[in-house]
Amino acid sequence: MQNNLLSGLKEHENKLLTIWSQILQETGGGDGAMEEEESKEFASLFTSALAKSDVSYENSEEFEKVEDLIVGIASSRGKRGFSPRENAQYLISFKQAASQILSEIIKNPSEFYDASLKLNEILDNMTIMTFEAYMKGREDIISRQVDEISEISTPVITVWDGIVALPIIGTLDSSRTQIVMENLLQQIVDTGSSIAILDISGVPAVDSLVAQHLIKTVSATRLMGAECIISGIRPEIAQTVVHLGIDLTGILTKASLASALRTAFDMLQLQVVKRKVIG
Amino acid sequence: MTTITNNREEALIIKEQDVVPLRNRVKEYGVKIGMSILNQTKLITATSELVRNLLKYGGGGKVIIESVSNGRDNGVRVTFIDNGPGIADITLAMKDGYSTGKSLGLGLPGTKRLVNEFDIKSELGNGTTVTITKWKNG
Repeated sequence: MQNNLLSGLKEHENKLLTIWSQILQETGGGDGAMEEEESKEFASLFTSALAKSDVSYENSEEFEKVEDLIVGIASSRGKRGFSPRENAQYLISFKQAASQILSEIIKNPSEFYDASLKLNEILDNMTIMTFEAYMKGREDIISRQVDEISEISTPVITVWDGIVALPIIGTLDSSRTQIVMENLLQQIVDTGSSIAILDISGVPAVDSLVAQHLIKTVSATRLMGAECIISGIRPEIAQTVVHLGIDLTGILTKASLASALRTAFDMLQLQVVKRKVIG
Repeated sequence: MTTITNNREEALIIKEQDVVPLRNRVKEYGVKIGMSILNQTKLITATSELVRNLLKYGGGGKVIIESVSNGRDNGVRVTFIDNGPGIADITLAMKDGYSTGKSLGLGLPGTKRLVNEFDIKSELGNGTTVTITKWKNG
């Protein structure tokens, strides 16, 4: 019976759309043609679903379509850069428009009350869904960025024939160390390098876990037959490591990348000589 | 010696991703009172050790950061509270090279060497609370 009341909305679809887009414009939530299209599709599908469906809304097939549509719209709006407020406003203003029309077509107060209650229930539920979809859209962006960051954050550079360097920036946690180690070892194989330089200038703090990861990386590199030099040890890091009691004596360490490179050249019996200017 | 708390905030630590923001907050407290780079590094390294313990053994918990003053010097106090299984033998846990996990076993004793004041309370089944204080000129 309640749905019969709501089914009247179908006849006033165009008016509903006009009022809705008006409210949307007043609240500043509109973004032109794309939204108009979406709104039209939603209003049409929603009112038809109301007209067709039986009393129980949750199980209706029509409403499933409406829900799919609104979830799609919400996640697309999230990606287009709408704020959470604007996204929530979208369906709330639809509710306002629909309530306004209901008040015009249903004259009996008790019937109007029932109809509004039902309408509220349906649309509130959908508002929650749009919010979830919006959040998911945003989370997708974040997880993509996380992937990108972890990919660009571990570059292995061939600095010389037989010498690879890996600058580490940021915190070394377990998963990061795994990527660093894999990249480094693979690069040693690919380039046939015999010396790897691990530069930790960009690591803010070396605690026992980071040190343990470094020691493991060095051991793995040695197993591959290459020597590993850790460079970029700042004075405060050196003192902290000593106080912590971490034993790095078995590892070749240097203060700067330049001195690590010099050591690497020595090991490869290379010499950098200034060219003599003739004449 | 009485200490006065000037500024205080709490942080909830439940996953590994919470470690870096917490460390940055602690560093900001150090910078605010004009702590030297060396002491800042010691403080954030100590924080890093303890917060990893909090996650690994305590299953997460609460961290309180305070800016404190004892009249002569300013400092940063950090308290780590977890509701984990607790430490069975604190004397043993404070020994270099002892670890129930597969780590270097330097976390607790190393941290104690990095800070000026170190206090640990633990009760089996009731969790562990570690409080560290690093003074600006300590």
